[in-house]
Amino acid sequence: MIPVMEASRLITADDVAPLARGCAVLGTGGGGDVASGALAARRAVEQYGGVPLIALGDLSPDDVILPLGMIGAPTVGHEMIHGDDQPALILREVERLLGRRPAAVMSSEIGGSNGVHPVGWAARLGLPLLDADAMGRAFPEVQMVSMHVAGLAPTVIVLADVVGNVTAVRPVDGAWAERIARAVCVAAGSSALMADYILRAAEARGALIEGTVSRAIALGRAVDGAADPLGALTAELGARNLLNGKITDLRRETTGGFARGAAVVTGVGGDRGRIITLEIQNENLVAVEDGRVLAMVPDLITVVDTQTASAVQTEGLRYGQRISVLAWPCDPLWRTPRGIEVAGPRAFGYDLDYVPVEDIP
Amino acid sequence: MTALRVGVDVGGTNTDAVVLDAADRVLARAKRPTSPDVTAGLRAALDAVLGEIGGRADEVTRVMLGTTHATNAILERRSLGRVAVLRLGAPATTAIPPLTGWPADLRRAVSAGEAVVGGGHFVDGRPIAPLDRAAIRRFLTEGGREADAVAVTGVFSPAGADQEREVAEIVRTELGAAVPISLSHEIGSLGLVERENATVLNAALYGVARDVTRALTDALAGRGLAPQTYFAQNDGTLMAVDHAARYPVLTIGSGPANSLRGAALLSGVSDAIVADVGGTSTDFGVLAGGFPRESAAPAEIGGVTTNFRMPDILAIALGGGSVVAGGAVGPRSVGYRITREALVFGGRTATLTDAAVAAGRGRVGTHPVPDLDGLAAAVRLADEMVADAVDRVSLGRGDRPLVAVGGGAFLLPDTIPGAGEVVRPPDADVANAVGAAIALAGGRSGTIVAGRTGRDAAVERAKREAADRAVAAGADPAAVEIVELSEVPLSYLEGPAVRVHVKAAGPLK
Repeated sequence: MIPVMEASRLITADDVAPLARGCAVLGTGGGGDVASGALAARRAVEQYGGVPLIALGDLSPDDVILPLGMIGAPTVGHEMIHGDDQPALILREVERLLGRRPAAVMSSEIGGSNGVHPVGWAARLGLPLLDADAMGRAFPEVQMVSMHVAGLAPTVIVLADVVGNVTAVRPVDGAWAERIARAVCVAAGSSALMADYILRAAEARGALIEGTVSRAIALGRAVDGAADPLGALTAELGARNLLNGKITDLRRETTGGFARGAAVVTGVGGDRGRIITLEIQNENLVAVEDGRVLAMVPDLITVVDTQTASAVQTEGLRYGQRISVLAWPCDPLWRTPRGIEVAGPRAFGYDLDYVPVEDIP
Repeated sequence: MTALRVGVDVGGTNTDAVVLDAADRVLARAKRPTSPDVTAGLRAALDAVLGEIGGRADEVTRVMLGTTHATNAILERRSLGRVAVLRLGAPATTAIPPLTGWPADLRRAVSAGEAVVGGGHFVDGRPIAPLDRAAIRRFLTEGGREADAVAVTGVFSPAGADQEREVAEIVRTELGAAVPISLSHEIGSLGLVERENATVLNAALYGVARDVTRALTDALAGRGLAPQTYFAQNDGTLMAVDHAARYPVLTIGSGPANSLRGAALLSGVSDAIVADVGGTSTDFGVLAGGFPRESAAPAEIGGVTTNFRMPDILAIALGGGSVVAGGAVGPRSVGYRITREALVFGGRTATLTDAAVAAGRGRVGTHPVPDLDGLAAAVRLADEMVADAVDRVSLGRGDRPLVAVGGGAFLLPDTIPGAGEVVRPPDADVANAVGAAIALAGGRSGTIVAGRTGRDAAVERAKREAADRAVAAGADPAAVEIVELSEVPLSYLEGPAVRVHVKAAGPLK
């Protein structure tokens, strides 16, 4: 399921819109709004030039990979947009700490806005972008990354805020990384740019989810101009269309900083008479029909507009919307015992044994 | 004394005008084609209704106008002022400078220079940086001389507007009091880029607002009239003309709002689904408490994303002129040629109007409908499309009445699945102009409340601000009410945090 990369293609301004569409699909309802990421990325590429998209194999074993992502409250990030200099502040600090200039930028989270922004950051830093990320989707917590699953430690975390404060943290483990990063972020006004699980190419094999940037672009391109956008997207994803329906009930609350809720989707057309409930915690996590689970995290569940196949974020769900619920397999890394432990249904409080989506009849 | 009011609605095809008496009875009505310059059609419709009431024209005390002048100016990049664009937020926000993503020609037409200077606030109210007054003065003296107006947008200004107000003072000192200033906290809610876009568009529209105001007052003065004049806003309320001169961008999207408000006034129903059936399409909207339900999606104007809350409208390609052929209805329509091409007018094209007449839903035209295959099926198909649209906008509530307005209201059946009673008010074909003549002025306010303490005080402040704005728009201070209050919880913030929207409205003073 990981597409093979052609060596070092260039991401141009024309790739930004399809990338954004694809990242929204991989966001499984969360990950923040891709529109402002697309604005920033497009502008940076126009100003600083296209960004080479490289594969892990293009790097030397000692090359340092710089995973970047915004953390904080999406609403805040939408109002207090980040500064142009934040990526450079992080790069400089990492270079100082490691004694080596990172060789490539990587998205820490391909799903949502953090999948799109790194194109702009890489352009601005004059670095290539690695065709990989640390989630293959969107997740809400700092330790829900492939490096953590692979057993790498977050040796150093560097955060830069909008006024230029730079914080370097050496946490003892992933849980502390999450806790301290969150606290720094709150002090910084609930929005910060973060480099987390900085790693060398030699330790990256098996610790990253490869091909996700080109996959996101391919997803966006598949939908673009397709006569049957939903069919094209479903095929490109290798997804199951769980249901074509409409939203008939929505429940929302914010507890512990997380937006939780459920959406009830009632089938229409050929799916008339069926009802699916989506359990939501920032992202779509579990799809249930008649008490039977049809798909669950870490497999991906995305709600798309039935007509346009554009992804609908959980915050954008509305009563009466005509939507389709797509589900498809996550990267094999998330299906290892440790992957399930970190980001399986129980990590989100659901008393469910993980069953891969394709094994559910 | 019998005060009369005139409502005018400029639509894409027609400009409609009505005269209402104090009891909201329609005394006169007119439909004139909308002219390319908008103003000539407006004058023609106004002349027609004032002529119809003859000697009573001097009883007209208020004229309300819903117009597309502002929308057209943006779409056609015409009559737009040049705007000096100032953002307070550096070193934050520089990843997306002002006007990023604007269509190049619109940007050329509007921008007199842009700057991001030190200033703005964090979500908790602390300053991001001290306000960089020197940089602001430098920007104004370098580029400001060419500007017709200035737009000022500060990070988190909807939660604290002091800096924007201070910058307004600096602008007045540097450029003189004659240069109009748009402050973002008065224009939109959270979402920096979208609010800034709306603020810049507002600043670019001051000239357009002056022109249309002059055209309206001239047309009235030509008849020896000097009534109070108001403009319709996109939320279904009015603003006095001096207020509209400062917030012209708020007139964008008033058309659908007028039609919904008109449907409420004509039917006496305040919670309903409204179907405005035209020649080519039908707009479905929802009245909640007498006001249009608003869309959650951002509104795009002329290729620019803004965060206006526009009426939530579902348009389907189904109208009186929809062509019936090959077992389908529409989306092709004979449009305004219906009076030549439809079968009931002796033409040769089967339309939904013909099918509805054959089904006994109305008597229209000059010719009998020939007995044609497919007409009955077309009506069934159209009814299914209507039921589907009603289902989409109903939010799962099936008990609300449906108010049918617009020239094609007769096309709708008497029972629609998903809706209660189908109400067909009189004068439904000029509901939009009637809606413009509603007599409520409104204002709104939005902010973010972080933390548990201070929530009540912040909500009170937002309410007061919305009420003040309604009064500034022309509402009677003694009768202004909060008509909408919404709190949306925010994720990933420490402690409870909510985003608050308040809307206030009251009768005109």
